[in-house]
Amino acid sequence: MNGFESWALTLAVFLPLLGAALILLIPKESETAVKTVAFLTAGITSLVGLWILTAFDFKSSGRLQLDVNVPWIDVINSRYHIALDGISLPLLLLSMVITLLCVIYSWDHFPEPHNPKAFLALLLVLATGMNGTFVAQDLILFFVFFELVLLPMYFMIGVWGGPNRQYAAIKFFLFTLFGSALMILGFLALYFLGDNTFDIPELIANGSTIARGTQILIFGGLFMGFAIKVPMFPFHTWLPDAHTEAPTVGSVVLAAVMLKLGTYGFVRIALPILPEGAAAWAPWIGGLAVIGIIYGALGCLAQRDLKRLIAFSSVAHMGFVMLGIATLTDYGINAAVFGMVSHGLITGMLFFLAGSIQERFGTREIARLGGLLVQAPRLGWILGFCAMASLGLPGLAGFWGEFPAILSAYNPAGGLPVGLFRGFMVVASIGTVLAAGYLLWMYQRTAFGTPKEEFEAKHIHDVHGPEWVAWAPLLVGIVAFGVFPGLLFNITDGAVQGIAKSLDGSAETADARSGATPVREEKLPLAEEAAH
Amino acid sequence: MTPLLDYHALAPELILTVGLCLVLVVDLFVAEDRKVLVTNLAGLTVLASLVPVLTLAVDGADRAMFGGAYAVDNFALLLKGLFLVTGYVTLLMSVNYLDEGDYYEGEFSFLLLSSLLGMTVMASARDILSIFVALELLSIPAYLLAGWRKRDLRSNEASLKYYLLGVLASGVMLYGMSLIFGVVGSTNLYEIGEVLNSSFGRLPLVTVGIFLVIVGFAFKVSAVPFHSWAPDTYQGAPTPVTAFLSVASKAAGFVALMQLVFIGFLGRDDVWGPLFWALAALTMTVGNLIALRQTNIVRMLAYSSIAQAGYILVPFAVAGDSREALATAQSASITYLAIYAAMNLGAFAMVIAIARRTGSGELSSYGGLFKYSPALAVIMSAFMFSLAGIPPLGGWFAKFMIFRAVIEAGTASAVVLGVIAAVNSVIALFYYANVAREMWFSPSPEGVDDRSRVRVPAALSAAVVITLVLTLGVGVYPNAIARLGDMAVLVR
Repeated sequence: MNGFESWALTLAVFLPLLGAALILLIPKESETAVKTVAFLTAGITSLVGLWILTAFDFKSSGRLQLDVNVPWIDVINSRYHIALDGISLPLLLLSMVITLLCVIYSWDHFPEPHNPKAFLALLLVLATGMNGTFVAQDLILFFVFFELVLLPMYFMIGVWGGPNRQYAAIKFFLFTLFGSALMILGFLALYFLGDNTFDIPELIANGSTIARGTQILIFGGLFMGFAIKVPMFPFHTWLPDAHTEAPTVGSVVLAAVMLKLGTYGFVRIALPILPEGAAAWAPWIGGLAVIGIIYGALGCLAQRDLKRLIAFSSVAHMGFVMLGIATLTDYGINAAVFGMVSHGLITGMLFFLAGSIQERFGTREIARLGGLLVQAPRLGWILGFCAMASLGLPGLAGFWGEFPAILSAYNPAGGLPVGLFRGFMVVASIGTVLAAGYLLWMYQRTAFGTPKEEFEAKHIHDVHGPEWVAWAPLLVGIVAFGVFPGLLFNITDGAVQGIAKSLDGSAETADARSGATPVREEKLPLAEEAAH
Repeated sequence: MTPLLDYHALAPELILTVGLCLVLVVDLFVAEDRKVLVTNLAGLTVLASLVPVLTLAVDGADRAMFGGAYAVDNFALLLKGLFLVTGYVTLLMSVNYLDEGDYYEGEFSFLLLSSLLGMTVMASARDILSIFVALELLSIPAYLLAGWRKRDLRSNEASLKYYLLGVLASGVMLYGMSLIFGVVGSTNLYEIGEVLNSSFGRLPLVTVGIFLVIVGFAFKVSAVPFHSWAPDTYQGAPTPVTAFLSVASKAAGFVALMQLVFIGFLGRDDVWGPLFWALAALTMTVGNLIALRQTNIVRMLAYSSIAQAGYILVPFAVAGDSREALATAQSASITYLAIYAAMNLGAFAMVIAIARRTGSGELSSYGGLFKYSPALAVIMSAFMFSLAGIPPLGGWFAKFMIFRAVIEAGTASAVVLGVIAAVNSVIALFYYANVAREMWFSPSPEGVDDRSRVRVPAALSAAVVITLVLTLGVGVYPNAIARLGDMAVLVR
């Protein structure tokens, strides 16, 4: 292993932090210097990401690569262990790209009270937390990064947010902290029961020795931490507030990357370490997921605020992701990871659009908008495109997150109640119909028709330079992953197989204990098809 | 054969004693406008007494004197170091405060050094008599210091309340000690430990004695329901003294508790286990809930420090009787004390710094601080979120160690206490974040922009920098502090 290989991940995580420190040294008045440093930092970080992409061995994407494992806190046997596999890689790259695009977008879009210095410094600290969470292979390291994102987001919402920002900021903070306090208790229990280690791969190897009842309890603690972050129904109430009040860039980062920290936690930690706990919880998770899908969709239909509508649609979309995870099959988890990435691209894009619309019209109220296609046709078309992607139109990325997740519920892991999951499948399918309903209705009301009187005379300028630069990669990504889903499935599948292997049989053993007969049906061939 | 008096082992105390006499004498000959010299002398004394602490630590041998009543081991040295650094930072915070407030400076330094001397003695005391003597030596100067703003009624009230309740607590504690002495026939903690492990230890008299001693110290560490003096005393006392009381004085109480519980009363965890459980749960919850309603920053920090004491009590409650759990518990308490000292001192230093800018300790005056003094706002936020236990600031590791002790104990009652602590850390976040909210999100009050920029004096900046570096350093690389905590464990 040469020098750079052992440094690449560390650089990917800590370069943004270094950039933030540099920004603090620049006087507040020289805004261009601040923006340049932020841009260069995010750019170089993304270049490191590109290098990681080339160095990554796709043939063995299930193996942890670019491994760094040095002592950190000896006393509690916690190590600075970072590495990435096929699940981490796409999410890490997503986080890097979104950060870079946010810096570009905010070049001339600074929300009040301006202050680019503080804003960009916070954004970069946020990036360190997100990147770190996706590569951490030690529970304590994971916890520190997982929590590191709270402070910058709290300040971002609270300082640059909308009218009700103070309430939204503290609500976001309190909800998440409550979850992570229980999560850390769960981590500690894993430490003592899993042979005194916080190392995730080691715990996966040791974890199955923990008694089933204990697994269920510990899974409960982890569930609270991750489910609040996702957020799953009924813990989702912080999300619409946070999204609505956050500045555009805050919403984008929140939707595109931060929500994934929760689902990633399930896939990386909760499922493989506690397979029997996961099996016991899976029907509940699946149930909450489909409630989330329907509830989110109905919530969308009732919204009058564009951003709030997208926020509720996030609740629904994350429901699909969680449904995929709840099936505990490689098929469902592959779909879930795809869903995370596609939701990141699409919803991130939708929030950019909502921000730009608000900037132009001064309002996000759907009833006051209209005729976007007349006044700013390009903006209108992009909004239409993203709405289609979001409702899961085949050929665009959204489809591959949603459809396989629904399909995976047809055939959950052996031992899980098949009838119940097929019921979930039906409900989730109704959710997609509702999604088409609320997205098209939203599009109809904002983009079709003629402009409303109050904006008729107003000059609405169409998409401009920085917006094109910031949006193009996302739009390309939505199409590329939609047409070639194998691009992503091929990367994730190896790692997902590993997780599915550690889950394998856990539901059956649980089921054998409760006396039911496991039903196993032949595997659906779609995952293989999609992968090739 | 150790000599009768090991001067190396006693050097920190001796230097402090010589220094405080010097301060008193020099103060007589220094002109009124040059009193800063006296404070400087006191600061040098504290730093000088840190030197033998370090050489003793390098030397590494455990030393015991006066028939085992006075021990110099890792535990004693670490806590002496903690007290001395705390004392030094307090002096840094006091210099300008005293000078500008026109308060007596020489006597202040003298009393502070006396109190520090009591604390260093406390860290070595392994005998209930020397614990009591140390406690009085550190408390009596503190009663006086609390009333230092003598023209202010609140300060008078602070001093009087502190004094009356402190003396009451001493009385209760002394009575408990006498009962234990009556049964055991020795004041030495190790001998008490041996006897309490035998059948004598089961006598009801001993149970009452242990109960009373712990209740006495519960007053000192302001555990609920014995906390009523703390908010008034903290608010009325001069802010540097409040910082000193809430950190050093409280730590001294915990040091005494650790020595008593983990050496003397070790065999009777059936008495102190449930007692500490109730104290910890009540202290965390009540402290946090009342802190939510405070509008004055110092009063809020007073209740916050009550709640923090509750977290430090948690390991005592779950320690149980297995050696391993005891060691983890004690290491958790020591680590928490050290981290708490850094962040709480820092928070008080920032209160002083911000009060110079806003001219008030009311939370509402903090509005808009981020706009006109971003550095102050950022640093104050760092201390607040560290107290709340948000990574990567030091407080997270303190809380983590507490949770670790809880889960290692693993009993149902321990896990319940852990969940109570977890819920409390969420409640606490609300009021700590509220300070940040005021500074970052609220508009500036009228006329604040007209106020000329007030510089933060060098000494106060030094106090802030020391505490901030410690808080951040511990948060990012907790290994050093955790190792120290492990080394200082009394139970082997």
